[in-house]
Amino acid sequence: MTRTSLTDLQQHNSALPSFLEEGKIGEPILSARNIAKSFGNVHALKTVNFDIHRGQVTTLFGENGAGKSTLMKILSGVIQPTAGDILLEGQPVHFASTTEAQHHGVSIIHQELSLAPNLNVRDNIFMGRELVGPMGVDFAEEERQTRLLMEELDEPIDPLTPVEELRLGQQQIVEIARALSTKSRILIMDEPTSALSASEVEVLFRVIADLKRRGVSIVYISHHLEEALQITDHAVVLRDGSMTAYAPRQDIDLEWIVRNMVGEGFDLGSPPSGYDMGDVALSLQDISVTDPANPERALVNRLSLDLRAGEIVCIYGLMGAGRTELLESVAGRMPISSGSVLLGQHDVSQLTIAQRIEQGLVLVPEDRQRDGLVQTMPVGQNLSLASIGAFTRGLFTSVAREMEVIEDSIRNVHIKTDGGSAEIGSLSGGNQQKVVIGKMLATHPRVVMLDEPSRGIDIGAKAEVFKLLAEGARQKGLAVLYSTSEVGECLSIAHRILVMSRGSIVAEFSADVTKEQIMAASGESVAA
Amino acid sequence: MSNNSPAATQANSSTPQARPQKGFDLARLLLDGRAFFALIAIIIIFSTLSPVYFSASNFLTMSSHVAIFGLLSIGMLLVILTGGIDLSVGSTLGLAGVFAGFLMQGVSFEAFGVMVYPPVWVVVILTCALGAFIGAINGVLIAYFKVPAFVATLGLLYVARGAALLMTDGLTYNNLSGDPALGNTGFDWLGFNRLLGVPVGVWVLAAVAILCMLALNRTPFGRWIYSTGGNARAAELSGVPVKKVKVTVYVLSGICAALAGLVLSSQLTSAGPTAGTTYELTAIAGVVIGGAALTGGRGNIRGTLLGAFVIGFLSDGLVIIGVSAYWQTVFTGTVIVLAVMLNSVQYSGRKAKNSAKDTPQKTPQDEEPGTTHARHDSRQTEARTAKAT
Repeated sequence: MTRTSLTDLQQHNSALPSFLEEGKIGEPILSARNIAKSFGNVHALKTVNFDIHRGQVTTLFGENGAGKSTLMKILSGVIQPTAGDILLEGQPVHFASTTEAQHHGVSIIHQELSLAPNLNVRDNIFMGRELVGPMGVDFAEEERQTRLLMEELDEPIDPLTPVEELRLGQQQIVEIARALSTKSRILIMDEPTSALSASEVEVLFRVIADLKRRGVSIVYISHHLEEALQITDHAVVLRDGSMTAYAPRQDIDLEWIVRNMVGEGFDLGSPPSGYDMGDVALSLQDISVTDPANPERALVNRLSLDLRAGEIVCIYGLMGAGRTELLESVAGRMPISSGSVLLGQHDVSQLTIAQRIEQGLVLVPEDRQRDGLVQTMPVGQNLSLASIGAFTRGLFTSVAREMEVIEDSIRNVHIKTDGGSAEIGSLSGGNQQKVVIGKMLATHPRVVMLDEPSRGIDIGAKAEVFKLLAEGARQKGLAVLYSTSEVGECLSIAHRILVMSRGSIVAEFSADVTKEQIMAASGESVAA
Repeated sequence: MSNNSPAATQANSSTPQARPQKGFDLARLLLDGRAFFALIAIIIIFSTLSPVYFSASNFLTMSSHVAIFGLLSIGMLLVILTGGIDLSVGSTLGLAGVFAGFLMQGVSFEAFGVMVYPPVWVVVILTCALGAFIGAINGVLIAYFKVPAFVATLGLLYVARGAALLMTDGLTYNNLSGDPALGNTGFDWLGFNRLLGVPVGVWVLAAVAILCMLALNRTPFGRWIYSTGGNARAAELSGVPVKKVKVTVYVLSGICAALAGLVLSSQLTSAGPTAGTTYELTAIAGVVIGGAALTGGRGNIRGTLLGAFVIGFLSDGLVIIGVSAYWQTVFTGTVIVLAVMLNSVQYSGRKAKNSAKDTPQKTPQDEEPGTTHARHDSRQTEARTAKAT
């Protein structure tokens, strides 16, 4: 297989295969018919039907958790569907693995690039299918073919450059080149632009246009709606595991996409009211955070915001807008390069994380497995981890007092568990998230920041988490700042919604804003 | 699937649903208490092979050997619980012994033209301080300069051994008993004397073990150690001073090694610069046999002590029944590998159980594009940060 494709390359004397002769542009080449996928009781995909068109770009739109990535993984053989068929040029096919999918010409380019950074471009492109001559690996031939590929793609990257020295955009092109050199005629790109600069996006789009001319079919997934609209020929919208809409480019616009993506969502509560907000609890003044890898780039750019006691503020932003960096720097995990963080009247920007927690400023991190939970500890010890001081008498901790703290937390945040000694892994995702929230609330904070508090938990648990925060704000005057990339979650308990993009706040709305307005505010700034 | 149906009961050996059944409980008990059962087995086997083995005096002798490994293992456990490793303890033990021997010979201050003979308690304190100092270097290298623990402590392994050889020019201090006229007698008390019939070294081990047990189970510091090893990022965000915790465990490991060095040189009444070579590996073996996870976060003092006793009683037993030294190494190695194998069985069993319960919630979350993406981003940021620093 590999051999034939390589001889093909040589015969054409072009590194890039052309699939134009094989069929008509725009015909369905790969089709999903009634594809469904369940994980246990969770239905990630429910009978999805859609077509990929030859030589054109088909874009999948959908919020986080809508099932985009699951669908792409099924089409590329990473996982197998629970039900339904995949048709390749009308013939049913079954991809048991990514290798099998590749043999049929389907390649996926993941968000996480799968290149070996320590190897050079040539070795990456021929990784696992080295050209072997009588003297071992034929490096000269590999290099020649790589150079040809790169020239065809109009990216003059030297085949001997180590991949780690390339910019991310160039690495992506190397990955595309590798997929093409295995004679892929269907390329799936999962969020390819999320880490690219504007000029790199341009290069990528030029490459995509070039690929289209050669008859390569492309499936494109992106959160950047306007960007995707620039290059797509067909749009497919997924919501909660179902396909909600499907149309060619000329029939659609941004508003159509948003309407179909968001739908009529679940009620996630409303902003708590009927009480007076207190003084400013947290005041960020001209905060900047620089990228540790690239000191010239600001992840957060002179951002200011005030948060009052009892107020709930939501920060909406796309991936890479700087939300996580903002919250982590306020919590003390990352250093701020300028500006000040005032908690009440005190500047806490020089304090350690522990001191900030003591002063009443806490962060519930985005990724609970990586940053929130200690998996080797039972539920109870996780809950009490941030407030050990509260049950320490002299040198020793008090078992009885700790039990009180743990039981209070379990009750207050409604964790469903067998008790404090249960293993953390025995809890559902939503309950694990409540453990992380409960741990920080047990320190009796004044300001609680939550980075994507609803990530990876089901809609019921989401509503419960928001209810918990709303109660905290009303009853205890807690100031709440949470971030989200799902627009439906902005319109729940927040009194104010801030839209963040490229490290700055670009728009501010009150609670009566519409989803379309929020998305437009963030979408426009992305295109700009 | 119903657990109560007879079909499920019959299938209990093969299906995970049947875990709470009786047959499995026994296997679980054997697995969880394996270090203890291994120790019992060793005692029974050697007692039948040799009449000398099962006697109070032999147990006391063996225990005083175990004291050395036990002290090293406890220090090692603290380090391993945080997810680190301390390869320098054997060398620290050697250097501590030599340093104590050096102090016992008297220190001359040429500028003042005096010889100072420090009393034994001062020698003990200074030696422990030396151990703490070596540990502090390890800890600072690892926590603040981000040197991998394996490399930093490997470096100190060489440096400390070299320092010990330099101090003595490769020779051994033989006279450690001191002189009544100089007021520095009593060094041999640590190794030779008995309190209530039990060697002092064993008492030292018991005291250190109890202190560490209290620290691990009943103090904030203990909780910090477990959380640092379990998930350092989460611990840090919960306000745990992760870096200080790391430095402290290496300091404590250094002190434990120094104590072991004092007990050993007192037992031998000599301090040689090559004492304790490869003991770091024995210490790690003790910790691992005791059920601790090398990835950190899991393990306890009781297990580690059992592990130290298993190794000590096994190697002494092999000596007593006259097995050649070569075979002893083979046996010890086999026991260590078996122990680690059982550790993986234990932890992977636990994981499988959890993920079986967790799958419905966890998997779709992993399927989410945002989740993987966030991980990717931060991993890259991390990598960049590492590069930048």
